[in-house]
Amino acid sequence: MADPIPYNPQDKGAWPPSLFPPYTSTVKRAPKRPLVLIPQTLSEVTGPVYGHSRAIPEDSDLTKDHTGEPLGERIIVAGRVLDENGRPQPGTLVEIWQANAAGRYRHDVDQHPAPIDPNFTGGGRVITDAEGRYRFTTIKPGAYPWRNHHNAWRPAHIHFSLFGPSYLTRLVTQMFFPGDPLIPIDPIMNGVPDPKARERMICKFDINLTQPEWALGYQFDIVLRGRNATPLDNDKDH
Amino acid sequence: MAYGQTPSQTVGPFFHFALPKFEGPVLVTDKTKGERITIEGRVLDGDGQPLNDAMIEIWQANAAGRYDHPEDQQEKSLDPDFHGFGRCATDKDGRYSFQTIRPGPVPGPGNTLQAPHVNVTVFARGMLKHLVTRMYFEDEKSNADDPILGRIPEETRRSTLIARRKNGKGTPFVFDVVLQGKGETVFFDV
Repeated sequence: MADPIPYNPQDKGAWPPSLFPPYTSTVKRAPKRPLVLIPQTLSEVTGPVYGHSRAIPEDSDLTKDHTGEPLGERIIVAGRVLDENGRPQPGTLVEIWQANAAGRYRHDVDQHPAPIDPNFTGGGRVITDAEGRYRFTTIKPGAYPWRNHHNAWRPAHIHFSLFGPSYLTRLVTQMFFPGDPLIPIDPIMNGVPDPKARERMICKFDINLTQPEWALGYQFDIVLRGRNATPLDNDKDH
Repeated sequence: MAYGQTPSQTVGPFFHFALPKFEGPVLVTDKTKGERITIEGRVLDGDGQPLNDAMIEIWQANAAGRYDHPEDQQEKSLDPDFHGFGRCATDKDGRYSFQTIRPGPVPGPGNTLQAPHVNVTVFARGMLKHLVTRMYFEDEKSNADDPILGRIPEETRRSTLIARRKNGKGTPFVFDVVLQGKGETVFFDV
């Protein structure tokens, strides 16, 4: 077998360092030794692909997980998954999880004294369509305090997990909302070195995505590592 | 490049009700081909303390040495009962465990062959980006010729990538992930 066509490296302006002391939990969890550079083999350019030989249950509406409607501002979050060349990434798994409208997660570890919403769990997953599009209906999460430093608050955010076509395109990120005053002082977001790259994590309000008398629309495109050529002409046959 | 990469952010401490809900630590069914193995271990920080909020993902070839992926065009059989992906959150003691099969060898750079291995990704609160490593098997003679292990000349470092039987034949392979400090696992820049 010919060697695989390599993927572009992680953009150093977009990928945070492992050690970022303002985010105090990184201090004991960041490797001290340099990463070992290895060639991209079949082990790296492959990865779990959904729809290739298996399917998973999808759940795109987080407001429908219980009998009642969750409290909060109903929103639609939709966008495309692309590579660096702007090519849509179809058939990729997009998973999200988030706090409720009061800023509380459905999780034993979350002790923030804000109410749990019995009608909201906060997890969803979809597979992108042929044009790389995804779409979720949910509620806008609240900001919440954490113990990183005195009076620390996380800006409202939705966690995203994506696979893309290979092990190398794996990405876990967070989506923030425009105009949130906590964004400039968030140590997690500020771990990203390039301010322009940070802005890519802020979704855009979209009146065209907004549904009249139903839900506000926010658009959020996600860009994964790309490569310069298509490795196999028959790639689409699968 | 026309489009800038979306940055990585931490998985945080609250992923449990979502990520491990559909993808779990059991990769096999009764029909899966290959030698059943258990892989288990702990995730530890720079103080040797276990992480109770980490998540491990594994990705591996089937028993014949083929990945369930369109880019693997080897003339080896796919196994309809094995896809090669698993996910496990660590417990309160930092432990994870997977039920899988021993993978076959896969092609390496040039015309080399890679020793059987499992690709391992680590996520956690306090990790702004995930880390990737590999787990090899102590009883594979082909480890000596593996092109990736060969890039790590120091024996003490290379040994962090070798899973060892817990208690002899048939018992689980133990693979601890040490994020920092003494015995720090080799992580890869890919």
